Amino acid sequence: MADRPHEPDAQDLPEAVAVSRRRFTPQLIWLIPIVAVLVGGWLAAKAILERGPTITITFKTAEGLEAGKTKIKYKDVEIGLVKTITLSPNRKGIVATAELSKQSEEFLREDTRFFVVRPRITAGGVSGLGTLLSGGYIGIDIGKSREPRRDFVGLEVAPIVTGEEPGRQFMLRADDLGSTDVGSPVYFRRVTVGQVVATALDKDGKGVTFTIFIQAPYDQYVTKETRFWNASGIDVSLDSSGIQVRTESVMSILVGGIAFQVESDSLPAPPADANTIFTLFSDRTEALKRADIIVDKYLLVFDGSVRGLSVGAPLDFRGVTIGEVVRIGVSIDPKTLVFRMPVEVKLFPRRLAARHFTGGTLAPLESEDARWRRMKQLVDHGLRAQLRSGNLLTGQLYVALDFFPGSPKVTIDLAKKPPEIPTIPGTFEELQETLTGIVKKLDKLQIEEIGGDARKVLASLDETLKGVDVLLKSVDAGLVPDLRRTLDTAAQTLKSAEGTLKSAEGTLSSVSPLQADLQQTLRELNRTLTAVRTLADMLQQHPESLIRGKPGPAP
Amino acid sequence: MTTMTAAQAGFMSCHACGLLHRPVGPAHDLVCTRCGAALHTRKPDSLKRTWALLIAAFILIVPANLLPVMISGSLFGSETDTIISGVVYLWVDGSWPLAAILFIASIAVPFSKLIALTYLLLSVQRRSTLAPKQRTRLYRVLEFVGRWSMIDIYVAALLTALVQFGGLMSIQAGPGAIAFGAVVVLTMFAAESFDPRLIWDPVEATSGR
Repeated sequence: MADRPHEPDAQDLPEAVAVSRRRFTPQLIWLIPIVAVLVGGWLAAKAILERGPTITITFKTAEGLEAGKTKIKYKDVEIGLVKTITLSPNRKGIVATAELSKQSEEFLREDTRFFVVRPRITAGGVSGLGTLLSGGYIGIDIGKSREPRRDFVGLEVAPIVTGEEPGRQFMLRADDLGSTDVGSPVYFRRVTVGQVVATALDKDGKGVTFTIFIQAPYDQYVTKETRFWNASGIDVSLDSSGIQVRTESVMSILVGGIAFQVESDSLPAPPADANTIFTLFSDRTEALKRADIIVDKYLLVFDGSVRGLSVGAPLDFRGVTIGEVVRIGVSIDPKTLVFRMPVEVKLFPRRLAARHFTGGTLAPLESEDARWRRMKQLVDHGLRAQLRSGNLLTGQLYVALDFFPGSPKVTIDLAKKPPEIPTIPGTFEELQETLTGIVKKLDKLQIEEIGGDARKVLASLDETLKGVDVLLKSVDAGLVPDLRRTLDTAAQTLKSAEGTLKSAEGTLSSVSPLQADLQQTLRELNRTLTAVRTLADMLQQHPESLIRGKPGPAP
Repeated sequence: MTTMTAAQAGFMSCHACGLLHRPVGPAHDLVCTRCGAALHTRKPDSLKRTWALLIAAFILIVPANLLPVMISGSLFGSETDTIISGVVYLWVDGSWPLAAILFIASIAVPFSKLIALTYLLLSVQRRSTLAPKQRTRLYRVLEFVGRWSMIDIYVAALLTALVQFGGLMSIQAGPGAIAFGAVVVLTMFAAESFDPRLIWDPVEATSGR
C-alpha cells in the first residue's frame, strides 16, 4: 500500500461510520419559502388594504409640486402622496393625481379644500417656512359636508383659517379695501381675536366684501349691535370737539386691521349669526356714531347762514348726540326770491332710548310714521332746531334740538318727506340780529340835526361866555383900587399893633424889677417850706415834744 | 472524457475535512471517521433546498425593491428611498460611478444571481449536458459575488448607526432593507446548498455510457 501510493486500494480507505438514520425531514426547508410567502403576502395585503382612495386635484400651476414627492398632509401628518401631475385637458391648469391613505377616506367631503403650502411672508407673519427647503406640500382642510367627493379644485393660497378651528365667520361690506388684506388682524378691545380670511370685490363693483373669522370664544362678542371699523392707519379728525388722534396699534398702522366693538350705551343684543353681513365703517368715530338701526331723516330749514356747519356735524339734544347732518342745500322761493338753507339730518331715536336710565320711558316705535307722529307731538311741545357754535376757534356749528316752550306754534306737515322740524334762530344768530337791530335804530336817529342843534347851543354858549368876560373886566377896573387902599390902612394898623406888643415883651424880660422881686419872694417861700419839713420830721419822731418841748441830748 | 469519479467508484469524501471514505451500506447515514461530519456522495436534497431558498428569495425580492430601504428624516420633512430611487437619485445627481456601483451591487447582482441559480437548477433537473464547464464557472462567480450585494445593507446599517441627530436629522432602515438582506442571505444559502457536482453527473453519465 505504501509503495503504491498512486493506486490506492479501495480496501485501504477508511470505512465510513454508520449511524442510525435520523428521521430527517427534507420538507423543513420548504418552511423558508412558506415564511417568505407569508411575509410577502402580508406586506402585499397591507399595501393593498392600506391603499386609500385616489383623488384628483386641479391647480393653476404645478409650482412646488413634484410627482412622487409632494405629500398631502393634514396637521403635518402625511396622509397621501401625489402620484402624477398632468396638464388639464383644457390646458388651463394641472391635474395632480394623489393617492391617500386608507383612513383619509372620510376626509374627502364635498367642501374639503386642498391647497399648496408654500412659504408665505406677509407683514402679518411668516408661514410655511419649512417648505422653503423641503419643497411644498399639499394641505387639506376637511369639510363638514356629508357628500363624498373625489375630484377637487385646489386653492392657490392656503386658507388663513381652517375648518376645524372653532369660531365664526362674518361678512363686512365696505366702500374700499383700504390697507386691509387677507391675514390682517381683527381686534376687539385691542386684542387680536381673528383675521381677515378673504377679500372680494362685489360683483357690481360698488364695494368690497371682507370675510373675517373670529375665533371662539371671542365670537360671542359679535352681536347684532356690533360695529366694525377699519383700524388701519392713524385717524386724525378735527371737528367741533377739537383734534382727535386715534390708532389701534402699531401693528395695525403697518398692516391694517379691523376692529369691532359694541357701543357702550347700546341695548344688549343677541350674538350675531355666522355669516351675518355688517357694514365696515371707515373709522371708529363713524362706526360708533352710527350705532343705530333705526334712522329717521328730517329736514331743517334755516333762514340764516349755515357757514361752519358741515356734513357730519352732530345733531345734539342737550349734550347727547342723537344724529348728524347729512346734506346741506339751498332752496329758493321763486315768487319771493327768498333763499333758505335746507339741512337734512339723520336722527337715531334709539340713542336716547339707550341712555335711558330709570323711570318712565316711551315705548319704542317700530314704524316710521309713528315716530314722525311722535315728533309732531314733541314739536307741539316746543321742540325746535337751532344752530349753535360748537367751537369758537374753528367756527364749527352744530345743530341742537331743544325745547323752547315760548316759541311760536308751528305744526309739522307729515305729508312732506322727510318732515320738517321747525327751526329757531341760534344764539349767535340771535345776538347778531339784536346787534343789527340796535345798529338800525342808531341809523334811524337824526344825528345831523342833533349836530346842528348842538352847534347852535355851542354858539350861544360862546356869546354868554364873552358877556361874562366883559363883566369881569368892569369889576377889575372899579373895585381893585378901593380894595388896595383898604389894604394899606390895614397894614399900618398892624404895624402899630406890633409896637405895642414889643413894649409888652420888654416889661416881661428878666432884668425888670418885677421879675427880681418875684424871684426873691420865691426863695423866701422855699426857705420857709424847708423849716416846716424839719418841724414835721421832728414831730413825726418825737410827737411828745409837742407837749414836753424839744428833748435834750440822749442820756 | 472518461474520468473516473469517486462516486462512480463508490467512494465519498467528507465535505468538512475532505477525507475519502468507502460507503458502508445504503440504508444508513454515514459520518466521517475523522471529523464526524455527515457523509454523502452528493449534498442531500440539494435541488429541493436550493429551490426552496430560491423561491423564498424570489418572493422577497419584490418587497425588497418596492419598500423603502432607508427613511431619512430631517428638519424639512422625511424622505423614503427605495433601492431604485437611490440609484436614480445618484444618477441624476451626477454621481454616475456611485450609481453604477449601487446598481450593480444591489439590483444587477441579486437579480442575475436569482436568474442564474434558476437556470442552473433547471438545467440540472433536466439533466442538461450543455456547457457544464461554463455552468460551473457561473456557479463559482455566483458564489463569490453574492456577498457583495450586501453593500446596500451595509450602507443603510452604517448610516442608521451614524446619523442620529434627533430632530435635526436621522436615518432609519426601512422594511425594504430587511427584505433585501433576506434576499441576499437566502441566495447565498441557495448557492451554498446547490451542489455543483450535479452539473457534471449527467455529463459523466452520458460520457460513461
